[in-house]
Amino acid sequence: MLNLTINKKAYQVDVDPETPLLWVLRDTLGLVGTKYGCGVAQCGACTVHLNGEAVRSCVTKVSRAVGQKVVTIEGLAEKADHPVQKAWLELDVAQCGYCQSGQIMSAAVLLRENKNPTDADIDAAMAGNICRCGTYLRIREAIRLAATSQRKAGNG
Amino acid sequence: MKSHPAPNTRTSSLLKIGTGLSFLIFITTAVTTVSSGENATAADRETPLRAGGARPARTAQDSTESAQAFSKVYKVLMSPRCLNCHPSGNVPLQGDDSHLHTMLPQRGVDGKGVYAMKCGNCHQATNTPGRHTPPGNPEWHLPPANMKMVFQGRTPNQLAKQLVDPKQNGRKSMKELLAHADDTLVLAGWHPGEGRTLPPMSHAEFKKAWTTWLEKGAVAPKP
Repeated sequence: MLNLTINKKAYQVDVDPETPLLWVLRDTLGLVGTKYGCGVAQCGACTVHLNGEAVRSCVTKVSRAVGQKVVTIEGLAEKADHPVQKAWLELDVAQCGYCQSGQIMSAAVLLRENKNPTDADIDAAMAGNICRCGTYLRIREAIRLAATSQRKAGNG
Repeated sequence: MKSHPAPNTRTSSLLKIGTGLSFLIFITTAVTTVSSGENATAADRETPLRAGGARPARTAQDSTESAQAFSKVYKVLMSPRCLNCHPSGNVPLQGDDSHLHTMLPQRGVDGKGVYAMKCGNCHQATNTPGRHTPPGNPEWHLPPANMKMVFQGRTPNQLAKQLVDPKQNGRKSMKELLAHADDTLVLAGWHPGEGRTLPPMSHAEFKKAWTTWLEKGAVAPKP
């Protein structure tokens, strides 16, 4: 049995320690907000936070997460009201929406580390998250909006 | 990690991206060195480098052996497994053709990436199984921004001098330089994961050449 802490909740899972974290999140625990895209850390759809870092859960063994803090899109904000999530809705960023949980998790790391990112900062942070619908301009705009609202709220 | 089928999702095959994108390795050899202080001999001869704990070449024979050893060292350092993490820019390289790493991850101040694009977000402690998957090492990183240790584009003369220049090599002692041949990321070059070519000689042969080069005077081959 492996002990995991996901979205501040403790879990015990009976899985092979070599299993990718993404499989445990989706298939074992039913946290299906995190998506499977490429399986080889190329697209960013599976991005979750491991101790605050935007890891690609498709190539991260679940053993790496034991005793650590994992946050998925379901736990990013209790009321799904993280500044990035609110900006996503306000600007209607998503088209098909498949990549958005990964995009939002990456953007959240950016805004935690850089309260006022430039376009170059946004590009550097988001280069590992692919959007097949090509909503990159709206993604960038939403991150700018989230940064602004975060600063206005006194969190920046 | 075992091979796992896609997790249970109706859209699991939506983004079949991996096969088209080369995710070949970048291995940090972070080969750094002691010190320099060019103990220049005649302009037409190799340049023995001395400083820190490095002994000067004492004889012409030493100089010759040191320079010959560096020619082997250079072949390894310029191989993709070493070169790819010692780029001239701030984006690591990938593959046997040393193209820019897909997604253009940035070096960052500490060499470990930036924001959501930190090396360890994809590169695990061990190689991920399969072709075009991220190679792994617990210490995966580029040289830091204040000590870039560029290999790309360096001639043998330039690289030899750089490796023993304390201003460019992190002020490593002779002992540290010698030990660096067994650094975990140097060793990773010989365990690059599936589909990646090895350096042009064994690690033992490389280490012997590295040691000979340093102990015989850290001679820089003539330009």
